[in-house]
Amino acid sequence: MNPVRAERVGLTATEYERVCELLGREPGDVELALFGVMWSEHCSYKSSRPLLRLFPTSGPGVLQGPGENAGIVDIGDGLAVVMKVESHNHPSAVEPYQGAATGSGGIIRDIFTMGARPIAMLDSLRFGDLSDARQRALFRDVVKGIGDYDNCMGIPTVAGEVGFDPSYAGNCLVNAMCVGIIRHEDIKRGTAAGVGNAVMLIGSTTGRDGMGGASFASVDLTAASQERKSAVQVGDPFMEKLLLEACLELFQTDAVVGIQDLGAAGLASASCETAARGGVGIDLDVALVPRREDGMVPAEVMISESQERMLVIVRQGHEDEVRCIFDKWGLNAAVIGHVTGDGMLTVRQEGEVVAQVPAKALAEQAPLRHPQAERPTWQDDIMRLDETELPAGSDWTTVLKDVLRMPAVASKEWVYRQYDSVVRTNTVVGPGSDAAVLRVDGTTRGIALTIDGVGSMSLLDPATGAAMAVAEAARNLVCSGARPLALTDCLNFGNPERPDVFWQFTQAVTGMSDACRVLGIPVISGNVSFYNETGTSAILPTPVVGMVGVLDDPSRACRQGFVTPGDSIVLLGDLTDELGGSVYVCMVAGRTAGHPPVLDLERERLVQSVCLDGISRGIIRSAHDVGEGGLAVTLAESCIAGEIGARVSLPEGLRMDVLLFGEAPSRIVVTTAPDGLNALLEAARNTGIPTMLLGTVGGPGLTLEAGGRTIVQALVADLADAWRGMLPGVMNR
Amino acid sequence: MRVAVAVFPGSNCDVDAYRAMSAVLGQKVDYLWHRETNLSGFDCVILPGGFSYGDYLRPGAIARFSPLMASIVRFAREGGLVIGICNGFQLLTEAGLLPGALLRNRDLMFICDTVCVRVERAGTAFTSRCEAGQVLRLPIAHGDGNYSVDAATLAVMEQKDQILLRYCSADGVVDDKHNPNGSCANIAGIVNERGNVVGMMPHPERAAESLLGGTDGLAILGSLVDYCTQRNHESCAC
Repeated sequence: MNPVRAERVGLTATEYERVCELLGREPGDVELALFGVMWSEHCSYKSSRPLLRLFPTSGPGVLQGPGENAGIVDIGDGLAVVMKVESHNHPSAVEPYQGAATGSGGIIRDIFTMGARPIAMLDSLRFGDLSDARQRALFRDVVKGIGDYDNCMGIPTVAGEVGFDPSYAGNCLVNAMCVGIIRHEDIKRGTAAGVGNAVMLIGSTTGRDGMGGASFASVDLTAASQERKSAVQVGDPFMEKLLLEACLELFQTDAVVGIQDLGAAGLASASCETAARGGVGIDLDVALVPRREDGMVPAEVMISESQERMLVIVRQGHEDEVRCIFDKWGLNAAVIGHVTGDGMLTVRQEGEVVAQVPAKALAEQAPLRHPQAERPTWQDDIMRLDETELPAGSDWTTVLKDVLRMPAVASKEWVYRQYDSVVRTNTVVGPGSDAAVLRVDGTTRGIALTIDGVGSMSLLDPATGAAMAVAEAARNLVCSGARPLALTDCLNFGNPERPDVFWQFTQAVTGMSDACRVLGIPVISGNVSFYNETGTSAILPTPVVGMVGVLDDPSRACRQGFVTPGDSIVLLGDLTDELGGSVYVCMVAGRTAGHPPVLDLERERLVQSVCLDGISRGIIRSAHDVGEGGLAVTLAESCIAGEIGARVSLPEGLRMDVLLFGEAPSRIVVTTAPDGLNALLEAARNTGIPTMLLGTVGGPGLTLEAGGRTIVQALVADLADAWRGMLPGVMNR
Repeated sequence: MRVAVAVFPGSNCDVDAYRAMSAVLGQKVDYLWHRETNLSGFDCVILPGGFSYGDYLRPGAIARFSPLMASIVRFAREGGLVIGICNGFQLLTEAGLLPGALLRNRDLMFICDTVCVRVERAGTAFTSRCEAGQVLRLPIAHGDGNYSVDAATLAVMEQKDQILLRYCSADGVVDDKHNPNGSCANIAGIVNERGNVVGMMPHPERAAESLLGGTDGLAILGSLVDYCTQRNHESCAC
């Protein structure tokens, strides 16, 4: 037993004992380094794995569920979508530009590793308060990092979301999602097979950048983390573009048996995971790895997270074919070892064995942790909100403009203008809508994509918040006219060793699972990011959901903007008296507070079905879900997007702030031509969902009345100025 | 009409140009890898957008030394039609086929947007379908689109009618408010003196289908097709 050795690589004494048991001896230094990275939380999911089994992960369309580099779902016509979202929070907090850039790089490799052509990027970001110069700098650098990488790759960044809360100040969130398209028969997997087949390392050279990044991501951020910049990788999108094109060309040959990208834990993870999946061994020599630095020791070569590299298992005798393709693209392709039948990962240095451990022990046998979960005592306190103490308010027009200027609500054009959203000429609906819509080559169909995270509501009730993330993502797809197919998730939480954080996590997974079951949407891939905290304060629990849906005809995609004067505006769903957790409360009370609204998943499902049916029948002309900022913001955004006003009458009886800014879920504002109104209302009645005729599209302004009294009156152009002007005003000052 | 789309390591709008010219306009299009040198039989070469050689050093600074680029310079000197879009425009200035240079955008940020440009000169091989003063809505997506040229050269270019497109408002007013990147004299596109080499920052190939938001790009690309088809027809008639 040697606790000092264990601690140095981030393992507990118990875990070290388990290593000794599995090996039947004490591990050597290189072996211990391998266990250190592979058994880190980041690579092993040792705290989260038992809970993640709650997710529904199968369904008729699922071709690949969790456990591979990315999930795959069928979209018809022999085509499939490959997708995954992943966090790069810790690197981005320390070095925002490179952290965000390599976050894109890593997730893009996960997609083309499966054999797919990446066709779209999405991002979910969280920062602290923008009044702080450091937060503005982080935000600016993260956006630039993502833009520079994605733009250079020639993959359009089509959708995303950004949120702000003081809890993210020391630990921003950068979740990147990539989506690819593949023919079913072209799917590749990260599996080694065939004793004697070559193990080749392709792409960039190996250096000391990103040393131990996986372990770095498995502890809390501290002041000392700022010194750990060597744990952050450096991205080169040009190299990755070449690697992408070379790999897609390679997949046209018969040379590839299996392929895996080098991400967290570098060569260590790629080699033991491919071997473990295939039930074989891999014998490799680090001396054969092309380097960019001298004097690297074997452990460094194995755990380096240098970017833009892939491990390929190549059919024996096809090595030259691989070299020839990579030579065309000016990239390295080196045979570094071969597949064996002994199930061991054998690492050599110029022939001499420096590590030999069972591949499965590294990849799959990290002892599970069962952290304690306990509802925090402060949970009741934050849910307490005396609404009678909120300002009574009278000038609701001004309040609406203030809400439109809240960073969570304001237009994110400042962000997405920096992303090429149309390269590859498939983008039918780009950023700024409920969901992006792309046409898909080789079919008449389209796909819709969205990414949605829920922080405030999750703090107040993690189970409801996580379910809301699923419901909102599905609702966003439905608003574009797409049928939701599958999701990928990124669960961003604090330190799981704290009972309150693990309680949040447990609740969130349960809530998300319930929502997936009721809405019939499987989880096909995902990522867990723990230890998002600095000092004693954790981030808001932030489950993020990326979702794909399919449209039969992308030319009939529905948008959020009002279309034609005279169209009727209808609310699908209900007016409720729920204000808790809303942006409005945060704005006037200065904190996240209250009971989150009730999410009735069955109601949610029915509202979505009525909306989707109305769009596919051509009755619905525009659709926009009621989200952050509530009904008034939804109406304002539909006016702004359509560059046309509306006159809306609301019933009396509810508090005005609740009516305008409450964020109850399961609500969609749609418009219909006057002659389609009855059909829409009848469909809603038959389904058993409430509806309300709100008013009519037309005029230069938005007018809201309640009980015959004018509550809000503003020119659309003025609302647009408030909504659009906020971020540029803050960021360009 | 036969079109070549140049492909350098890091090009990424090659697929966009290919699709617009072949699927939308029905022309015969070939990709040409940067190591190729044979341009015989082509009527027009498109230098596409993207990040050739990762934009290392400067956009286009390395690609200009590729074997293909040497052939394109010869092709242009012999009167062949060359259009450089975005990174292709940057490359044409680096290769000396067009005057000036493209600097970082005025606000130092990458800009992806749809902007209006005014056609300053109609009737060229690239604008035969346009009228002078016509406003086109075209996508832009660049970090280095700030066109810069010395005053003396600009005066000569103006005098020889070499300004093809200028950024403008929706009703055609050319002013600083509608200059997205700080370009000198709102210049969005230029043509060489001989009229056979054009460079522009906006992407006509991304505005070729109504499904994707507009077809104004066909005013440029369709002009090329008309010009070449007519020229080839005339040479056959001889």
